[in-house]
Amino acid sequence: MPDDNLILDVDNLKKYFPVRKGLLQRVVGYIKAVDDISFELQQGETLGLVGESGCGKSTTGECLLRLMEPTAGQIKYKNEEDEWLDILSLSAQQLNSIKRDIQMIFQDPMSSLNPRMSIRDIVVEPLEVHGIGNKKSRTETAKDLLEQVGLSEYFLNRYPHEFSGGQRQRIGIARALTLDPRIIVCDEPVSALDVSVQAQILNILENLQENWGLTYVFIAHNLSVVEHISDRVMVMYLGKLVEIADTEDLYNSPLHPYTEILLESIPEGDPKAKKKRGKIEGVVPDPSNPPEGCNLHPRCPYAQEICSSEEPELINRSDEEKDHFAACHFAEDLELKGYGDLVEGIDVG
Amino acid sequence: MQQTPTTKFGDKGRDKFMNGKNTLLEVKNLRTYFDNKEGLAKAVDGVDFEVEKGETLGVVGESGCGKSVTSLSIMNLVPQPRGRIESGEILFHSNGEVVDIASYPPHSKKMREIRKTYLAMIFQDPMSSLSPVYTIGSQIMEGIQLRHNVSKKDARQRAVEMIQRVGISPAEQRIDDYPYQLSGGMNQRAMIAVALASNPSLLIADEPTTALDVTVEAQILDLMMELQEEYRMSILFITHDLDVIGEMTDRVIVMYTGKVVEIGSVQDIFYNPLHPYTQGLLKSIPKIGRHKELSPIRGSVPQIYNLPDHCHFAPRCPERMDICTSEDPPVFNVGENQQAKCWLYDEKGGDR
Repeated sequence: MPDDNLILDVDNLKKYFPVRKGLLQRVVGYIKAVDDISFELQQGETLGLVGESGCGKSTTGECLLRLMEPTAGQIKYKNEEDEWLDILSLSAQQLNSIKRDIQMIFQDPMSSLNPRMSIRDIVVEPLEVHGIGNKKSRTETAKDLLEQVGLSEYFLNRYPHEFSGGQRQRIGIARALTLDPRIIVCDEPVSALDVSVQAQILNILENLQENWGLTYVFIAHNLSVVEHISDRVMVMYLGKLVEIADTEDLYNSPLHPYTEILLESIPEGDPKAKKKRGKIEGVVPDPSNPPEGCNLHPRCPYAQEICSSEEPELINRSDEEKDHFAACHFAEDLELKGYGDLVEGIDVG
Repeated sequence: MQQTPTTKFGDKGRDKFMNGKNTLLEVKNLRTYFDNKEGLAKAVDGVDFEVEKGETLGVVGESGCGKSVTSLSIMNLVPQPRGRIESGEILFHSNGEVVDIASYPPHSKKMREIRKTYLAMIFQDPMSSLSPVYTIGSQIMEGIQLRHNVSKKDARQRAVEMIQRVGISPAEQRIDDYPYQLSGGMNQRAMIAVALASNPSLLIADEPTTALDVTVEAQILDLMMELQEEYRMSILFITHDLDVIGEMTDRVIVMYTGKVVEIGSVQDIFYNPLHPYTQGLLKSIPKIGRHKELSPIRGSVPQIYNLPDHCHFAPRCPERMDICTSEDPPVFNVGENQQAKCWLYDEKGGDR
């Protein structure tokens, strides 16, 4: 059995989308959006998930809630009674009780809020679905929740179109909190927001985590935001997990060349800083036809012969207490640059 | 610090990079308004700035601050019929001659001439600028032929060179591709090739990397820096991303609700921001390895139809004084190259 502090244990998760062609719409291949990934989620932590578009990070998030049915794998969840349940093999009724514990916040707060429902109705709808409380107590709950996310109760009878992007994201967060969840999957929660509002939402998420003991899976493409909020970070490339480590370790001493490429790419605003940026080669390949072996090898500056034939395993490379997983044949041999090594002239870390 | 009130941005602040002769573009008291059904939107409301030859001037601000409308005004492409350049001058200097872009009707022959000869623009979404029904080659050749009197064959040869230059390979084959056959990053490169085909003096880049993945963004930013050196053009770089601003620009304009609130060199803006809005923006962005609390600006950007009186930032400002809600702040020169539209820098005005 996994250790005590775990709340979620994902094993060999796969999500394949069939590619159909021709008159009969025969399946001619698969896009492996999520291809055999395994990771664990500790209670109370924020686990960041980064990668470029099409790497499968949103699909992973949706599979965790079974908003999308995975092709294969196991997602084990430990409920408050310390029982381990496999989310993917539960009956609809059992699943309902788990869905209270795992909630999601979406990127676009406009398309995730029903424009015909008042804020009160949006926030209390989960209570109605689960038959909790009566009308009066639900309205009280809605008031409390709005206060938690910094909105006045005066907004209860307003509609989504009357709010700005940042306010709508607060409403989305309030709705995710309605059922007192334990895990929240945040899928790009701040990327559609203005800079000043983005910071407000990040602070709200951090405060809520402290007060409610929440566990976050934080999916984003912005590496600075992920670094700010995460305790640990996972990096995905073409449906595979390539590196998992403590945030500091990942940014200071990455073990996978793709992580180094990402760190090199981040624009650094500080005018004193000089970014040492190598030439970054190529683009993400077509996911329906990924390269053989290590799927990074056509873009990897360190690629050797073995990389194009043999797929590297995601193994723990750390002999210290903290794990540091990397899927690279040469993880131990390469001396990759961390963010501090890549910027000159300023003090990082 | 020596502080003198003035009435407009851009009077000072040239010494470091330029002298008066090197000005490429002067925007003077520009107002661009839109008649929307909600009311009159003053998208750009009295904006002054200058672009010098060969510099990259950053324009930063949040959504609705008027940064994109400013760039459309310079192109004289404000959406008709609801939008119009209400007043102001956009003076473009070329070969010792000065023309006022704002004085020409958008579709006049002279305006087209100016656009095709001197100006180019790239956007966030390459598909809003590339035509889906022409090959990228023919779109690049169009620019070359408009500007230079060359045969079709020569134009094609130069188009191949352009495509190579922006990093699309193999160029001889890609030249006959349509935009749908290229990825987002490749289309962005193709759009840059189209924009540079006519060898413009001023390239306006409106959030050119915002929709791109971080590795592609880095490639495009590097490419733009290389091309700027090669073509010696000026770039007006519009973005909401302060990190991109820091990496790309020489000087920075900060905009808020249709007005310029601060101008300074990129060093000034990052190390000595004057306007509380600029300070707030900088405190809102997470910086890798420099763990600090984020202290966001409270509230959100007001609606353009319902702006607060006088200083538009006052309701969100942590340093608000009485005068901020009773009198419009003028522009103050602070130090050599920096200006801010804020009462804090008034010598007579209260205590800091």
